[in-house]
Amino acid sequence: MTGDIIMAGFGGQGILMIGNLLALTAMEEGKHVTYFPAYGVEMRGGTANCTVVVSDEEIGSPVVGRPKGLLIMNGPSMERFLPMLAPGGDLIINSSLVEERQVTRNDIRLLSVPADDIARNRIGSRQMASMVALGAYVALSGIVKLSTVFDCLPKVISKKYEKFIPLNVNALKEGAALAGFHA
Amino acid sequence: MSAPPGKARFSKAVYARPRSLVDVKSHFCPGCHHGTIHKIVAECIDRYGLREKTIGVACVGCSVFLYDYIDVDVVESPHGRAPAVATGVKRAQPDKFVFTYQGDGDLAAIGTSEIIHAANRGENLSVIFVNNTTYGMTGGQMAPTTMLGQKTSTTPYGRDFRGDGYPIRMAELLAGLEGTAYSARVAVSTPAQIRKSKEAVRKAFEMQINGMGLSIVEFLSTCPTNWGMKPLDAQKRVLGEMSEYFPLGVFKERVQADFA
Amino acid sequence: MSALAAPPSKRLLKGNEAICLGAVAAGCRHYYGYPITPQNDIPEYMAAHLPALGGTFLQAESEVATINMMLGTSASGKRVMTSSSGPGISLMQEGLSYMAGSELPAVIVNISRSGPGLGGIAPSQGDYFQAVKGGGHGGYRLIVLAPHSVQEMYALTMLAFDLADKYRTPAMILGDAIVGQMKEPFVASPYDPASTVEKPWALTGCAGRERLNVKSLHLKDNEIEVHNWRLHEKYERIRKDETRAEPYMLDGATIAIVAFGTAARVGKTAIQWARKEGIAAGMLRPITLFPFPRREVFELARKVDVLLVIEMNTGQMVEDVRQSTPLHDRIAFLGKPCAMPTPEEILERIRLLAGRKV
Repeated sequence: MTGDIIMAGFGGQGILMIGNLLALTAMEEGKHVTYFPAYGVEMRGGTANCTVVVSDEEIGSPVVGRPKGLLIMNGPSMERFLPMLAPGGDLIINSSLVEERQVTRNDIRLLSVPADDIARNRIGSRQMASMVALGAYVALSGIVKLSTVFDCLPKVISKKYEKFIPLNVNALKEGAALAGFHA
Repeated sequence: MSAPPGKARFSKAVYARPRSLVDVKSHFCPGCHHGTIHKIVAECIDRYGLREKTIGVACVGCSVFLYDYIDVDVVESPHGRAPAVATGVKRAQPDKFVFTYQGDGDLAAIGTSEIIHAANRGENLSVIFVNNTTYGMTGGQMAPTTMLGQKTSTTPYGRDFRGDGYPIRMAELLAGLEGTAYSARVAVSTPAQIRKSKEAVRKAFEMQINGMGLSIVEFLSTCPTNWGMKPLDAQKRVLGEMSEYFPLGVFKERVQADFA
Repeated sequence: MSALAAPPSKRLLKGNEAICLGAVAAGCRHYYGYPITPQNDIPEYMAAHLPALGGTFLQAESEVATINMMLGTSASGKRVMTSSSGPGISLMQEGLSYMAGSELPAVIVNISRSGPGLGGIAPSQGDYFQAVKGGGHGGYRLIVLAPHSVQEMYALTMLAFDLADKYRTPAMILGDAIVGQMKEPFVASPYDPASTVEKPWALTGCAGRERLNVKSLHLKDNEIEVHNWRLHEKYERIRKDETRAEPYMLDGATIAIVAFGTAARVGKTAIQWARKEGIAAGMLRPITLFPFPRREVFELARKVDVLLVIEMNTGQMVEDVRQSTPLHDRIAFLGKPCAMPTPEEILERIRLLAGRKV
């Protein structure tokens, strides 16, 4: 399984966290993987984005011009990254904050995930929105197994916040369910 | 600790070359104070038995030839950077004795950043600062310590504060920094001054030995060649107008009690 | 965690952190530096970890002070490192010249950014000339290593310390923001020095020996001329014995990319794609930029139709490629100053070059 994705949103939405988690999961499944975060002044404006490339073979470029996946958590990121998505690629949008009419392309596969609403109303924490979105992407793309993502949670969540791991699992499952996948 | 000179049993030796001073003929100009200052430094190294654990840091200018005269390990630094180089030596070898030997162009112009921050960090170093109000090696250009009205090759009409600024008083400036343990200005134009300056260097070295922070001794020095003076007239200039503008004295002396 | 396939020693690690692990594994306990994007992970790691190892982390007042603190620690016989980016590396050129002249080893990491001037923080390979042609005054060389992966950031940092000590000269890791900031699976291989180097020249106080000097000033007779020839001879030995390059899919290649660091990384993807289209593309990746793999480029130029030099600048290493082969009409260039080429545009160029030959 080979795939790549750009994830983007506001700083604080957990973009780098879920990108890192996806990369770690791919590594634990024995795949080649690269994770490249935006850095420096690019982050000072309050936006965050990262690129994850997963492959069964040695990975060349850690940065992609035409990603096969795009996960958009806020409106401004849509304008910047939508033109890059490869034709036929997967677009996951956080429809709580991004309006569907912003999706100006019809040559892609769109999955609208009201991530903030689900996180707030069904998980009980709006901070779980990015996990909902990641669950949806993992289920839609099949790039890694959802169960491996669960296994990797303790590696990215510090001991101090260990008690929130079940919340994260629930959030991932809710997202995956939206993609028609039931863990 | 090496034995101080003058301990012979039947006859009383009143003078001997310090062990840490290399027995070579001086290449410095007649009337130059570098030789006197080297000897004071060497005597103080001997006094505390530091010769075999000393690393000296030479700077750029006439001061660089430190390694031809003091019988210790010496590393040469780029112009003005001696306090940074000394920081690197001392951090790597905290048990060694480290001193810099710098001229006024080196310490008070190009190297102001390095000396101020080394002092401010309280680096446990000793600094010997030789102020002769000119760039000796390059041929007598204006130094940051050149006196107002003083003619140099780059102030042919005399230093004018309106374009050239004022001579800078480094001993006072560095005394104002928390990290500085000891700051004094001395001269070596009379035997009494030489005795006092040796006392200052001893104090400076003791500060390092006791881990108190950065110590600096500023020497008012001559450059008869570039001043265009006879050696004796050069001494008079130090005792006169230089000492008036650059007062001799101790500007800071840390005691154990105020060293947190 | 039994469901996880990766061995426990494998971890997802950032390139800049791999440099720190390599330095610590190689016995470096002294780090001096000054903040600058995009390499701040390195001083931050060193500040957190070196004190516990009995080492020194010091945030200097400038890069000028940094390189001179390194000079002092190196003269003391200890391994020492700094990291910075273009503007800071420029400030270090004075000290690098003195260290080269005084024959002092040290490792300088340049996680380079765009220039000239303040430029920007976009990844760039615009510091190639500065790194490999001397940079400071007086005519000297740095050993320059160009990692293209997180694993290599680690391995080449250890190698840089070994080579610096072996040849008594500063060595530079020339990276960029991509290899510095990216994370990849990483396994910490044990440090295995080719040989341990004694440092009888180190200034440790003259107990039981004559006093020593470490210096670059030579005023007597023809001392400086002799010194220059000796340095030259050393650089020639480095050229002869330390040149490293990775051949990648060169079997039967008719189009060979020559690229280093991140540009090589991207080029590998383009080569994989080109091979799937039946275009025989490959790559020669210089790992040492000084010494430059001249002989390898010379041999390669005779075998292929095209050498496609790719750089994230307007053409610097391409001059060394031209110097390595008389077959200049086989050299093509793709430059992306202060930007990463995408695999797509490299593939496009490969197709064009292949098509031209049909």
